[in-house]
Amino acid sequence: MKCVLQHSVLFFLALTFGSAFSQTINVCENCEISSLKEAISTAKDFDTIVVKKGTYKEHNIIVDKPLTIIGENYPLIDGELKGEVITIVSDHVTVDGLFIINVGTSYTEDYAAIRVKKSNHFIIQNVVLEKLFFGIYLEKSSYGKIYHNKIIGDAVEEYNSGNGIQLWYSNHVVVEHNYVEHVRDGIYLEFSDDCLIKNNVSAENLRYGLHFMFSNDDIYQDNTFENNGAGVAVMFSKHIKMLHNTFKENWGTASYGMLLKEINDAEIRGNTFEENTIGINIEGSNRIIYKNNNFINNGWAIKVRGACYTNEFLENNFLYNSFDISYNSKVNDNVFNNNYWSNYTGYDLNKDGIGDIPYRPVKLFSYIVNRTPETIILLRSLFIDIIDFSEKVSPVFTPDNLMDNNPLIKKIIW
Amino acid sequence: MLKILKYSFFDLMRSRWSYVYFAFYLLLGIVLLFLNNDLSKAVITLMNVIIVLVPLIGTIFGVMYYYNSKEFTELLLAQPLRRSSIFLGQYLGVALSLSMSLILGLGLPFVFYGLFKSNAIWDFSLLLITGTFLTLIFTALAFNIALSNENKIKGFGYAILLWLFLAIIYDGIFLMTLILFEDYPLDKLSLVGTMLNPIDLSRTLILLKLDISALLGYTGAVFKQFFGTSFGIIVSLITLVVWVILPVLRILSKSKRKDF
Repeated sequence: MKCVLQHSVLFFLALTFGSAFSQTINVCENCEISSLKEAISTAKDFDTIVVKKGTYKEHNIIVDKPLTIIGENYPLIDGELKGEVITIVSDHVTVDGLFIINVGTSYTEDYAAIRVKKSNHFIIQNVVLEKLFFGIYLEKSSYGKIYHNKIIGDAVEEYNSGNGIQLWYSNHVVVEHNYVEHVRDGIYLEFSDDCLIKNNVSAENLRYGLHFMFSNDDIYQDNTFENNGAGVAVMFSKHIKMLHNTFKENWGTASYGMLLKEINDAEIRGNTFEENTIGINIEGSNRIIYKNNNFINNGWAIKVRGACYTNEFLENNFLYNSFDISYNSKVNDNVFNNNYWSNYTGYDLNKDGIGDIPYRPVKLFSYIVNRTPETIILLRSLFIDIIDFSEKVSPVFTPDNLMDNNPLIKKIIW
Repeated sequence: MLKILKYSFFDLMRSRWSYVYFAFYLLLGIVLLFLNNDLSKAVITLMNVIIVLVPLIGTIFGVMYYYNSKEFTELLLAQPLRRSSIFLGQYLGVALSLSMSLILGLGLPFVFYGLFKSNAIWDFSLLLITGTFLTLIFTALAFNIALSNENKIKGFGYAILLWLFLAIIYDGIFLMTLILFEDYPLDKLSLVGTMLNPIDLSRTLILLKLDISALLGYTGAVFKQFFGTSFGIIVSLITLVVWVILPVLRILSKSKRKDF
C-alpha cells in the first residue's frame, strides 16, 4: 500500500510539473511531421502527440519518453508484418485510440502490437488491434491500466499464434472492458500479482479464454468466457477471487468451463457455468469456497479429480446437468451444504425450505463413466436409472459421506 | 389393403382403448406443462416417459388387437383377398391409430401452451417422430409374436418379455459387456450396440439434442464424428426405418405360410 501511495504521489507530481510545460504535436499524412517515430523523437517529456486520421506504415516504434499518444478517429498504424509495432520503454506513457494491424509473426521472438517493457504507470485504452501475433504484452511493467480495447485475431494454429493480452511479471495492473477473440489465449497472466481483471469478454479463442499461472491475489470479476477451445485454465495460484463471471459453451473432450489446478484459498462466487462439457474441473485445489454459483446444462457440473481437501460448496444452483458431481475416489473431505439440485427428489414436510432427506450428488453412473468412458452412451437409460436408485439407497461405490444434508427445495435467487 | 386399413382404423377409433390412450397422453402433457411451467423442461421429461411407455403400449396393444380380431381375420381369409393386404392393413390400422393418439394427445396441450412461438419446437417434433417410429416398430414386433403363437397367454408373455428385454435387460447386458471389455477400443461396439436396440436408438437421438455437452466429453474419433455432426441423426433415422421394415417383412412372409 505504501508503495502504491509513493508511486501515485510521484505520478501526480510528474503530471502537474510536466503538464505545465507540455506541448501538443500533431501528426498527419500531409503535416510537417508525418510519422509517429518522427513525432516521438522531436517530442519532449510529457508532451501530447495527436495522430490524425490516416494510414501510417511504421513498425518498431519505440516510445522512450513519458508521452501521451492520442489517435483521432482511429488512425491506422500498419506494421506491414515486419515486426513489433509499438514498444513502450518509459514510465507514464498513454496510448489512446489507435488502430494497429499487421504485426509480424516470428518463431523466435514474441512480436506484439503494443509491448510495455519494464515501465510503470502506463495507460493503454481504446485501441483496436487486428491481424496480430501478440496483442498487448506487458513485461515486468506494473501499475498500469488496459482499458476498453478490442483485439480481433485470426489465429488458426496454436503454435504460430500469440495471446491477446499477456502479463508477465506485471503487478497491480487493471484490465477492464476489453474484448478479445480469435487469438491463442485471450488473457494470459504469469507471475502477475494483485491484478484486477474486470468486465472483459474473451471468446472463440484457440486455447484458453483466460489462462493464468503463478499469479496470486488477483481478482477476476464480471468477465465472459465463451466458446473457447479449452475454456479457462487457472493454475498454481493462491488467494484468487473469481466473482460474477460467465463461462459458456466450452465444448470438447479437453474443454472446461474452468480448470483449477493447484489453486489454494480461493473464492469463487456468483459465477455462471452454462452448457460446458465440464463446468469446473478441480485438481489439487484446497480451501476454496464456492458460493452462489449457477451450474446450468453442463455435461458435468463439477468434476473432482483428486487431492482436493476442505473445499466448501455452499448455496449453489445445480440445474439440469447431465452429471452434478463426479468423483474418482471414495474419499471425501469437501463440504456440500444448502445447494439447490434440480435432480433432487426428496420432500419437505415441515416446510422450512430445506429437504428432509439428504441429497447424494454423485451417481453410480458417473463412477462407471469415469471407469469406462464409452458407457456414456447409456445415459438416461431406464436400467441406469434403476442402478443409480439402488446405489442411492445404499452407497457402495460412491463416497458415502458425500451428501448435501440440507438441500434446498427452491432455486436460489440472488 | 386400404379398405382393411380403413376398417381396422375406424374400428379402433371407436374402441375405448384408443380414447384411454389419447386421454392419458393429454393428461400427461397438461400435467407436465402445469408442473414445469417451461416448454423445454417438459419436453425433456416427456422424452424419458415416451421411450419407456410407447414401446410397452405398442406391444401390448398390438398383441391384444391381433388376438381379439382373430375370428374376423379368419372370416376375411375365406374371401378372395391377398394375405399380405389383410395383415398389412390390420397392422397399419393399429399402428396409425396409436400414433395418432400419441401425436394428438401430446400435441394439443403443447400447441395451446404456445409451442409454435418457442424454440423447443424442433425438440418436440423430434420427440413425436421418435414416438411414432417406436409405435410402428413395436406394433410390428407384437404382430410377429402373435402370428407365431396360437396360445394367447404365451403371446402376451412373450410380448411383455420383449419389452422388458429391450427396455431394461438389454442395457444391463450392454453395460456389462462394455465394462468387461474396457481394455479394448469400444467406441464402434457401443455405437453398434445402440443400433441393435430401437429403444436405445431413440434414446440416442434424444441425447443428441439434450446432453450433447456431456457426450462430447468422451475422447474418440468415431464418437466425435457420430455425435459432433449431423451424421449421427441421419444414421439413427435410417436405422429406425430399417427397424420398421424388417419386422413388417417378417409379418408378410410369416402370414403367407401360416395355416389357419
